[in-house]
Amino acid sequence: MGNSSSMLTQYDIEEVQQHCKHAFTQQEIVSLYHRFCQLDRNNCGFISSDEFLSIPEFAVNPLSQSLLRMLDGLNFKEFVAFLSAFSPRATLHHKIQFIFKVYDTDCNGKVTFHDMLRALRDLSGSFMSEQQREEVLTQVLEEAGYAKDSSLVLSDFVKILGNSGLKMEVEIPVD
Amino acid sequence: MSNTGKLKSSSSELDLDRPNIEDYLPSGSSVQHERHGKLRLCDLLDISPSLSEAAGAIVDVKSNRERNYNVLSPIFIFLQTSQIGCQCQDPLDVIHSQGASNQILQNLGTGTFICFLCGAVDLVLVLTLGWIIFLSSFIPVHCLLKGNDDLRKKIETRKAVFNGSERMHEHRCLVEMMCSFFVASWTGVVKYHGPRPSMRPKQVFVANHTSMIDFIILEQMTAFAVIMQKHPGWVGLLQSTILESVGCIWFNRTEAKDREIVARKLREHVQGANNNPLLIFPEGTCVNNQYTVMFKKVGAFELDCTVCPVAIKYNKIFVDGFWNSRKQSFTTHLLQLMTAWAVVCDVWYLEPQNMKPGETSIEFAERVRDIISHRAGLKKVPWDGYLKYSRPSPKHREAKQQNFAESVLRRFEEK
Repeated sequence: MGNSSSMLTQYDIEEVQQHCKHAFTQQEIVSLYHRFCQLDRNNCGFISSDEFLSIPEFAVNPLSQSLLRMLDGLNFKEFVAFLSAFSPRATLHHKIQFIFKVYDTDCNGKVTFHDMLRALRDLSGSFMSEQQREEVLTQVLEEAGYAKDSSLVLSDFVKILGNSGLKMEVEIPVD
Repeated sequence: MSNTGKLKSSSSELDLDRPNIEDYLPSGSSVQHERHGKLRLCDLLDISPSLSEAAGAIVDVKSNRERNYNVLSPIFIFLQTSQIGCQCQDPLDVIHSQGASNQILQNLGTGTFICFLCGAVDLVLVLTLGWIIFLSSFIPVHCLLKGNDDLRKKIETRKAVFNGSERMHEHRCLVEMMCSFFVASWTGVVKYHGPRPSMRPKQVFVANHTSMIDFIILEQMTAFAVIMQKHPGWVGLLQSTILESVGCIWFNRTEAKDREIVARKLREHVQGANNNPLLIFPEGTCVNNQYTVMFKKVGAFELDCTVCPVAIKYNKIFVDGFWNSRKQSFTTHLLQLMTAWAVVCDVWYLEPQNMKPGETSIEFAERVRDIISHRAGLKKVPWDGYLKYSRPSPKHREAKQQNFAESVLRRFEEK
């Protein structure tokens, strides 16, 4: 998909569009390509963790480490597929699936108490003690009908988040 | 918005050049989705606000524009072919290493090759001549400036009327002349575009920064006052003798409190009608002439005055003007410039800008950076390679975490 020349062919654009299930328009894909090339400083065809961390707003995000796990070494096609969850054209199911993947670090289709605790730890930092986090999570799980040692699957996430008015969108700047 | 620059205590060149990260991050917290009511599982599991922020950062919702600088003249093509192999640079590296001594040898090699074509051994002559011109003008001017001071003291003790602004004018002319000689010594060919800067109070000039010589190139046209880091060695000597007369402000990157002092000095200078126009390089460090890195919002853009952008673009075919201060000292860099064929650059003086109502200083800085990058054909990058060595301070992340934690605990307590 272009080495040192930043030329994206029409065929490339259509292939990427197909891969992300038409979540983005062709113009948005071109825009994303410019951004990808800008971030991929040493021009190796993928963006390394360091290059992502050089974006200051990304580096200060509490979930940056979890996201880096998913982002590291993605080529452009996969990069667009990753971002497709943030398109306004993406389905709610797709967005919930993305969130599930952020939690499910070992990619076994199950989110454990431990996984949820880790995300909570990232988000709250030193402003909640470990004990407080466990207490809050346990109680909230119980109230929703899940035992502490149960692990959640995707359908559970869909049930929990389906009606919560989830909004997760990013607008791709186009020229 | 705190402004303590927590630099490491190492005294290496690396640290002196590192920009302060806090200058680039927007102050104030980001948009948080405030939710109310009793805490439920969906609230804990819904991490979409943080994810949206992260994706927004990756995609960079403030749009970027790229332009390319194209050189079309056949002469350039000829010269480019004769320089094949001499400049092996990865154009996408913001900071690239360059074997300085190799470059000098290669430049000399190229020079000799072309001299052979021309049938004259004038490169060495040019070099020697350059140094002779420089030194022969530096020494008398230095004495002249000093002499002026002595003369002024003598006159004042006799209580004669001495007009301060006349003296400033003389100094300006002298310095401009000095700089012209200096530029000539490295066969500088500078093309100026746009109206010559006028001297008005409440006006600052900002320019992109590639090398120490940026300042000299601009100085030979108009005597600017500049804000600079004091360098050791003979450069520092040069700085103190010549630049004191145009009214320069010194800063010290390693000192945390220094920023407030400097901000105050900047303000004072800008208010004074008799002072030379102030030139600021908001990138804060030398950057390879393909990119502009983020402009520091403090300093030039928070002084509440008109900002006049100046764009400088070096023609890379002749020589690479970028001074990588981590890799080579200024002396080596200067030697490299002098042995090169020529230093060719374009300078554009652009339309003065004022902060628009409702614009933050960061937005203002970015808008000016846009103007400069567009004019000079430089790519805008959201950051620079120095961030490889340092990350934004944890307190930004902590602010977000604190917000989240407090919200969760508050709602958890609600029954």
